[in-house]
Amino acid sequence: MKKDIILCGVGGQGILSIATMHGMSQRGGDVQSNLRLSTEPIYSDLIAEAGADLIISMEPMESMRYLAYLSKEGKIVTSSKPFVNIPNYPDEAALQQELDTLPSIKLDIETVSKDCGNPRGANMVLLGMAAPYIGILSVENLREAIATVFSRKGEQVVEANLKAFDAGVKNS
Amino acid sequence: MKKLLLGDEAIALGAINAGLSGVYAYPGTPSTEITEYIQGHPLAKERGIHSRWCTNEKTAMEAALGMSYAGKRALVCMKHVGMNVCADAFVNSAITGVKGGLIVLAADDPSMHSSQNEQDSRFYAKFALVPCLEPSNQQEAYDMMAYGFDLSERLGEPIVLRVVTRLAHSRAAVEVTEPMAEKLLSPSTDQWVLLPGIARKKYVKLLEKQDAMRQASEQSIYNKVEASASKTGILACGIAYNYVKEAVGNDANLVKVSQYPLPDEKIKALAAKCDELLVIEDGQPVVEELVKGLLGAGYPVKGRLTGDLPRTGELTPDCVAKALGKATGAVFAPAKNMAARPPQLCQGCGHRDVYAALNQVLADYPEHRVFGDIGCYTLGALPPFQSLSSCVDMGASITMAKGAADAGLFPAVAIIGDSTFTHSGMTGLLDAVNDKANITVIISDNLTTGMTGGQDSAGTNKFEAICLGLGVEPEHVRVVVPLPKNMPEITRVIKEEIEYNGVSVIIPRRECIQTFARHARAKKH
Repeated sequence: MKKDIILCGVGGQGILSIATMHGMSQRGGDVQSNLRLSTEPIYSDLIAEAGADLIISMEPMESMRYLAYLSKEGKIVTSSKPFVNIPNYPDEAALQQELDTLPSIKLDIETVSKDCGNPRGANMVLLGMAAPYIGILSVENLREAIATVFSRKGEQVVEANLKAFDAGVKNS
Repeated sequence: MKKLLLGDEAIALGAINAGLSGVYAYPGTPSTEITEYIQGHPLAKERGIHSRWCTNEKTAMEAALGMSYAGKRALVCMKHVGMNVCADAFVNSAITGVKGGLIVLAADDPSMHSSQNEQDSRFYAKFALVPCLEPSNQQEAYDMMAYGFDLSERLGEPIVLRVVTRLAHSRAAVEVTEPMAEKLLSPSTDQWVLLPGIARKKYVKLLEKQDAMRQASEQSIYNKVEASASKTGILACGIAYNYVKEAVGNDANLVKVSQYPLPDEKIKALAAKCDELLVIEDGQPVVEELVKGLLGAGYPVKGRLTGDLPRTGELTPDCVAKALGKATGAVFAPAKNMAARPPQLCQGCGHRDVYAALNQVLADYPEHRVFGDIGCYTLGALPPFQSLSSCVDMGASITMAKGAADAGLFPAVAIIGDSTFTHSGMTGLLDAVNDKANITVIISDNLTTGMTGGQDSAGTNKFEAICLGLGVEPEHVRVVVPLPKNMPEITRVIKEEIEYNGVSVIIPRRECIQTFARHARAKKH
């Protein structure tokens, strides 16, 4: 089994902590990373056009920047809240409408994570939303991974992140 | 043991485990993480492996050559344009030869993700007449460190290891080996004195080694052959191999090229059983040109020069599949509600205040030009500031402003960052002082090498002393703090120094807000 995932957002939103593309692109510009999960050997680091099973985005306009890479059977999982740091950001209503015409789910992940009492857990909410579509890793696998990654920071941090993750799963 | 490593980290760990004694480097995307990984590695700390940043790529290359002279294994790392900076030392290191293994790592950036050109470092290896290794994945990058050091010591020559952004900045599982011991101190007893009489003999020796280098390529495990019934032969160089495998799987008649000079015999054998060759290489058409020469005018060779692959930009799975005649799937139409989102200076960055002040003062001088340099502050060329007229290479702001001032341009202003100034700006400032050039130099000092992620800057706390030492008049070395509340003072200082007929240096100094935040967090914990 193989899952090709594009992770994207705006430099500074935390996409770089998953991928690495230093240099100027980290400063308020568009950033993206290709994640390829496979049970069999694969060769290319890059995902081909129409090859991505998932686009996971921290920002709604950014979620549509890589449409050419989305498989016709693929899905967009994105934050619905625009990050406006350019003067010519598109009309928001039109943008949300266009996103609705695509195979996508969106959620105001910042508000949801705040409501969970974890204002810095927006990316965990997003991961939770995407979790049921990853397939190659189960929702439970991902919960265990979150516990492992944050175990150094203590029980409370683990719980807060799992809570945000679960809220995302509920909204997927 | 398997570890999930960036290409850069695989190179770093491969070097440590191959008995590295020193890494010498100047930060540059996409090579920076190699040195950072070594700086943070427990075994490197325990062994005292040298890993402090160098002032520029030339000092790095020379120090590494010195370590090799002393008999130990050394690694030099840089982005591709760093090869231009260290070229004098690098090309001549092929003439001196090496003692301890010496690997020169060049990280090329096809598509210019964070660079000003897409020059191909394989040309440098060929120019200097030394072997070049080009891994196709993170595992090979790891393995090629021990392999490369051995090859370097066996041939007595430096080895170029060329990677590209996609390999350097991509993670994969890597099988890691046990660390080897470092080499003992055993300085060369050979004379590395490149006086003409000696250099002529050494050059002949280097030429005599070319056969051994070609033999090494023919026998290299990295230049493997795969056979099928296809009549199109493929030369898959470096990471191009991955895109070929992705597109056609095992149905390819190919030579995978990961070690240079080219394995001529393998390529001729491939050509003999095929009707045409397709050369797939990331970067410039280095191999395509060489193979045309090797096979003669009658044999069809396709690649970037023939338009079968794009002439510019990095390879993608899509362009390779297309060149191999494979159709790609149907794609969604581009989104309508879309806008470009270029990178920008951080909110609260001191460079912003510098450009705001500079633009305000220069509005009174319609003939002004601002010569820029390489760093975050190059973004001052974009809206909202649009202040810069040039950005060419490290240090060029000062010398270009000087040349323009020599031609009569006024005001000629240079803006350069602290790390770029010590990298390559100091010598140009000395030229300007000696010529009493009418220029205003702004050293925008954020106490770090910001663009590559906040590495130590070689000149921190030394800038006034450096400028005075180079002969700038003490009353024309001015320091300001770039904050919005200081705007009246900053604009007054800039105006005064533009009006001064001679070399003046203004140093706006405030820590990068990224490193400031990082330091504050570290203090809290």
